[in-house]
Parts: sequence; structure tokens; C-alpha cells
Amino acid sequence: MIERPTLGGGEAAPEEIADVALDAVAVNAWYGKKLAIRDVSIAFGRNSITALMGPSGCGKTTFLRCLNRIHESAIGARSAGQVMLDGRDIYAPGTNPIVTRRRVGMVFQRPNPFPTMSILDNVTAGPRRTGLLKGARSLRESAEEALGKAALFEEVKDKLDAPASALSGGQQQRLCIARALAVKPEVLLMDEPTSALDPLSTLKIEELMGSLAKDYTVIIVTHNLQQAGRVSDYTAFMLGDADRVGMLVEHGPTKRIFTHPGDKRTEDYITGRFG
Amino acid sequence: MIAQSRLEPSRRAQGLIGVVLTGFCSALAAGLLIMLLGYVIVQGWGAINPAFLTQLPRPVGVSGGGVANGIVGSAIIIGLATLMAIPIGGLTGVYLAVYGRGLGAEFIRFLAEVLGGIPSIAVGLFAYTILVQPFSHFSGFSAAFAFTVLMLPLMVRTSEEAIRGVPIAIREGALALGLPDYGSIIHVVLPAARPLIVTGLLLAIARITGETAPLLFTAFGSQFWEVNPGNPMAELSLQIFTYAISPYDDWHRQAWGGALILILAVLVLNVGARIAISRRPRRS
Amino acid sequence: MTLGQAIADRFFRFALRGATALFVLIIAGLFIELVHGSWQAITTFGPKFLITSEWNPVTGKFGALPFIYGTVVSSAIAIIVASVVGILAAVFLAEFAPPVIARPVSFLIELLAAIPSVVFGLWGLFVLAPILASTVDPFLQRFFGFLPIFSGAIYGIGLLTAGLLLALMIVPTVAAISRDLIVAVPNELREASYALGATRWETVTRVVLPAARAGIIGACVLALGRALGETIAATMVIGNRPAISISLFAPSYTLSSVIANEFTEATSAIYLSSLLALGLILFVISIIVNGSARLLMWSMLQRTRAR
Repeated sequence: MIERPTLGGGEAAPEEIADVALDAVAVNAWYGKKLAIRDVSIAFGRNSITALMGPSGCGKTTFLRCLNRIHESAIGARSAGQVMLDGRDIYAPGTNPIVTRRRVGMVFQRPNPFPTMSILDNVTAGPRRTGLLKGARSLRESAEEALGKAALFEEVKDKLDAPASALSGGQQQRLCIARALAVKPEVLLMDEPTSALDPLSTLKIEELMGSLAKDYTVIIVTHNLQQAGRVSDYTAFMLGDADRVGMLVEHGPTKRIFTHPGDKRTEDYITGRFG
Repeated sequence: MIAQSRLEPSRRAQGLIGVVLTGFCSALAAGLLIMLLGYVIVQGWGAINPAFLTQLPRPVGVSGGGVANGIVGSAIIIGLATLMAIPIGGLTGVYLAVYGRGLGAEFIRFLAEVLGGIPSIAVGLFAYTILVQPFSHFSGFSAAFAFTVLMLPLMVRTSEEAIRGVPIAIREGALALGLPDYGSIIHVVLPAARPLIVTGLLLAIARITGETAPLLFTAFGSQFWEVNPGNPMAELSLQIFTYAISPYDDWHRQAWGGALILILAVLVLNVGARIAISRRPRRS
Repeated sequence: MTLGQAIADRFFRFALRGATALFVLIIAGLFIELVHGSWQAITTFGPKFLITSEWNPVTGKFGALPFIYGTVVSSAIAIIVASVVGILAAVFLAEFAPPVIARPVSFLIELLAAIPSVVFGLWGLFVLAPILASTVDPFLQRFFGFLPIFSGAIYGIGLLTAGLLLALMIVPTVAAISRDLIVAVPNELREASYALGATRWETVTRVVLPAARAGIIGACVLALGRALGETIAATMVIGNRPAISISLFAPSYTLSSVIANEFTEATSAIYLSSLLALGLILFVISIIVNGSARLLMWSMLQRTRAR
């Protein structure tokens, strides 16, 4: 069992998460001098899907971006706290964020394939540049595996050298998922991965998430309540306070959050009274 | 009051005069260009022949000869200048695009704009004082340095804009894969920015092609073959200038020939720049 | 991250900072060297340098006034002619011309900006000067000869020729930037004017041009900056005579031309220093002019954003 401080009114649910893959403790983040999120603590279970939800501006994306330390890549942005990835704190002094980002992968809201590269080059961009794999054959095999896991292989297997920009929006997003999987992360962060896509592509990717959870710990930010309800095992609800500083309100198994939310604010959000 | 259904003639006439007047001015500007180009082509065509392109200039007053050393010298000086301007200007632009927020960066951009407005002859004086005077020696290299300084403002601005033009999502996509900072820029952002960078480079080269003033006291010119940038070198635009202000008809003829070559080179560069910019990757 | 990658990353950061530092150093060096080189002339002649007319290499007495005069007058002619022609052309291309005419004509006018100045000088010397000497100048003298600016002997080369040649060289700057500014004026303004019953021409002159006014003035000032610094084309048609005369037909001398012509023949240190001082004057003028141009255009940008 992992002890977690209950700050910001958040409710931890330690008894329900046995195997914690990623444990965020008191994460804070700033844009310049402005505090964006305060003391957010959430434990993420291995091979589960956790949805971060809340109204816009509640800091859920900011928090997500702290989990792979990409928040601090923006000029003037800063993050601090403790995030234990398999027992080691990625915020420990001397830890290079670049190493973290190979173990914690990310898929963005708008598909962002590298425009000048082919499909194959996009998928293998990670292993190629980080020196994980060398040799055309092993690169190709790793690409096929990743594309398969992203449920895109069948559609592109004959045109791996075609430019990535020729794919449709939904296909491009699955390409980005494949690209993230190719570096073999342990955790996969997804920032509203379907909000820019049409309903059919959205459905395909939601189906994909279930199979992804078998191999990875998935954390997804979504503003779509139904999606959170459909897809996730656990849900964390966040809210911005009067100063627009984001904080955790409640976190627990999705079924419980949606049927018997512990906090009134969660209940109001779910029943549509605001947000 | 009688309702009017037609426009007063005076207002209508004003509009007509306006269109004619403004149209005339556009025609004047465009027409003068065509006239100028036409004149250069007509006058210069007669001067261009294989001898002109491959021979050295003849001594003063003797007819014949060519501008071959000028063409070669121009190529060397412009080439050297480009080689120096790309790292300094390009990397400064990258720096501004990646780290450039705050007063310091704004000041550097302001400096780049200031540098862009400085007369080329003042830049030539600068090259003279630091590269010619201390060595008491004219050189092609000092000319190349002057050209580099002239290219820098364009290079800095276009490389910064080219990199800024790549959506931040692309760079973050690379970072999210665990690529180091330099890797994400070199392998992902720069290739995506390439068409704009190439355009800027071609325009910068076009800017210095045909620039003459700084050469007067840096490269100084030469009658002979010279490929060593440490020595005074011939340059095409300088030769045109020298021939044009001379009293010899034959040299005037050769000046037109050289002008034609110069214009062709500049046109090719400008058209190339337009082609490069049209090759931008389409946003999906 | 491997050691190789760590080293490469550090090197990359260093290269970026180094290139930027070098860039700043070059600009600073330019200014410092010009001041350093002019120092002897500055200390010898003081501020009187700017108002002295004498330019005598033999006696070692130098003054910048004739060149300041030549530069200012030729550039003034250039900017007056170029702004009128350029702005009117821009209005035509932005408002009246159908795309099938506007695109190629705009392209041609921008091409004018790409032509090297030595080619302009060549054309000016052998085409423009003779034409002016044989037709336009006598015409001006016949009908306006009572004005001192049109008096005196006609040589073909001189202030007027240089001014007109410079005008041709800077017209693309005025036209292209003004055209972009006019196109950028929001359509709501035009429609508001039409809704009041104004004609096309009235809308352009009373609504659109005033809206773009600050930027267009900025473009003209920018073009003026180019004319002030132009060396080779001016040298070839200005006549290279270091004296001030009121007639526009008279040969004259610009700051950049005298540097171009006499620099390699400057034998004494004070001669060289005086020429460098002229370069410094050019440098300072260009900074003031360009700075004001940018300021004007920036202020126009602020105003349209506030709308």
C-alpha cells in the first residue's frame, strides 16, 4: 500500500489499486509565475486505463504533460513534485527528462506526423534517432509490430513509403500511436486523442485503447464524459479553483465515480450541472 | 427632393480619372522594367559569345577579350560568402526561434533589421578596415566577408520565420519520443522548414549577386585569372562598372554583355526562390 | 541518453549561442570600426565637418556639405516621384485591377527590385541621361526656366537624372509594400463606405488610403532609406562634382559616390579618415531613417489591431 497525502480535497483510493505503475505525488506546475496546478496526486494502476476529466482550464492537460516532463520544454514553464515510475522518481535531481520520455510516451490532441517523412520513417523515428535499433530489417519489424498494435498495419502495409501526410485524420492519429509505441514505453499518455477526429475514427481508437491496456498503462485526458465512461477503468476528476489553479477533486474506479461520486462537485459535473 | 437614380457626372468622372491615373502609373513602372530588360537583352546579346565568356580582359583600349575571370571571381566570392553566412545567420535564426523570448532576443532582432538597412558601401568600409587595411592587401576574401554581412539580416530573419512556421506540435511530437533537443530540431523541425530556408537562402544570394559598391575597395578587381581569395579578384559587377564609366566603346559593349549575364543570374535565383516556396508541405 | 548524444546536445547549444554572439559582434564591430576610422576627421574638423563645403585633398581640408546636399536632393527627388507613382500603382493593383492583370504586373514591378544597381546605372548612363538631355530637360528649361532649379547648362548627367533613376529603383519598394497594406485594410471598412453611397474611388481615397496611411508613409520612408544608401547607380549618373549648385541639371556628388570614387586614391590619413567619416554619416542617417520607418509601420499595426 502506498501512503498518499490527501491535499486539495482529493480522495485517494489506495485499496483499489494493487499494482501501481506510475505514482504522482504532489505535482505542481507553473506557466511563468502563474501556478497552473497545485499538489495533484494520483496513482495509476499497471495495465489499466485512467481517464482525467474535468471542465476546460482545470489543468488536466497540464498535469498529463508533467508526467512525461514535456510541460517544462515550453519557455518559462516549470513543474515540480514526485512522480514514481516503477519506484524511481522521474523528478529526482539529475534525472534527464529525455530518458523519461522514452518510458512514458505521448499522443497529442491533433495528429502530428512528421510532415517530411514517410509512414515507415515516422513510426521508426523514435528508435532510429534514439539509437535503440539499428539496421533496416529490425527497424521494419519493429514498425510492423507497432503498426499492428495501433490497428493500422493492414491499411498501410502496401504503402509504407508513402508520405504520412497522405493519410486521413484518423489514420494519422493511429500512426502517431504507432510511433509512440515503437519506442516501447511502459506508460502511454493520450491528450484528448479523438477530439479532432470524426466519430468513426473515434470509435476505432476507443476500441484500440482496450487492447493497448493489455501491454501498457494508459492515461487519457478527455473532456467527453461518455468516452471516459466507455473506455476507462479509473477516473480522476479535476477542477480549477477560484484562482484558476487546477487541483484533484476525486479519483477512483470509473464505475464508482459515475454512479456514487464521493464529492458533490464531481456529482454536479457528471450530471451536467456545469462544465 | 428628387430621388436620384444616376450618379452625378462629376463623381463618375473623378472615378474614371482615378482608375486611368493609377493604371497609368502601374503601366509606367512595369513598362519601364520591360524597356530596361529589353534594352539590356538587345545590347548585351551582341556582346555574348564564347570568347566573351572564356577569355580574360584585354588591355586598356584594345578591343576584344572577355569577362571569364569576373564570372569565376564572382562565383568564388559569392560562394565563400554563402558558406560563411549560412552557419552564422542560419544558426542565429534557429536560436531566436527556439530560445528567443524576452528583451535580449527582441534586441537581436532589432539589430538584424538595422543591419538590413545599412548602405552596402558602409559594409564595404567595415570589411576594408578589418580585412584589408591591417594586411595592406586587397583580397577576394574581404569582399566575401562584406557580402556575408549583407546576407546576414535576410538569413537570420528567414531561418527564424521558417522554424517558427513549423507547428509546435511537430517539435513536441519529437520530444515526446525521447529525442534530445538538438535531435528534434535537426532531424524533424529543420527538414520541415526546408522550403522556406531554401527560399531565404536563394533570395539572400540574389541580394548580393550584382552588388558592386563594397567590391571597390575589397576585391578591387583584377585583369588576370585569380582563384586565391587572398588576392585581389575580378568580379563581374565590378567589371561592368569599370567598363561602363570608361571612354571606350568596346568596353561599353562588353558592359552590356556582362549586365545581361548578371540579370539572367538574378532572375534564375528569384524564380528558383519562388519555386522553392511553392514546394511547402501542405497542411492536412 | 548516450554520452555521444549528450556531447552533441551540448555542442549544439554552444553553436547556437556562439553564432548569435558572433552575429551581434559583427554588427557592433561595424559601428565601432566606422567610428574608430573617422576619429581623426572628427577630432580635426569637429561638427563643422557637416557644414563645410571645401573638399581639398591637397590642402587636407575636408567638409561633407556638398555630399550631404547631393544625397539629400537626389533622394528627395527620388522619394517624391517614387511615392506618387508607387502609391498610385499600388492603388490600381490592389483595388481596380482584375487578378489577370494584377498578378503579372505586380510580379513585374517586384522583379524591378531584383535588378542589380550596376545594371540600373548602365541603363541610366547610356539611355536615361541622353533622353533627358535631349528631350525632357530642354522642355523643363523652356517652360519653367525662370525657376532657379531648372536653370543652367544641361549635361544629361546630374541631380535630376540621378533622382529619377533612384526613383525607378525604389518604386517597387513603395508599390509592393503599399499594395500589401491596402489589401490588408479590412473589408468591413470598405463596405461601410459603400453602404453610405460612396463610389469606388471615393472609398479608396477617403477610407482605405487613410486607414493604411501610417504604413504607407513607413514604406516611403523605407524606400527613402534605400535611395540614401544607393551607391553605384547614383555614381554613374550624378556627375561627380563636389560643389553645390541650385540647378537640378548640374552635376553633383553623393556621400556614397565620393567614397566609391575616391577611397582607393586616398593618399593621406586625414583623407581616408574623412571618407570614413562620410561613411559614418551615411550609417547614422540610414539608422535614423530606417528606424522611423519601422516605428511608423509598427504603429499602424497597433492601430489596426486595436480595431
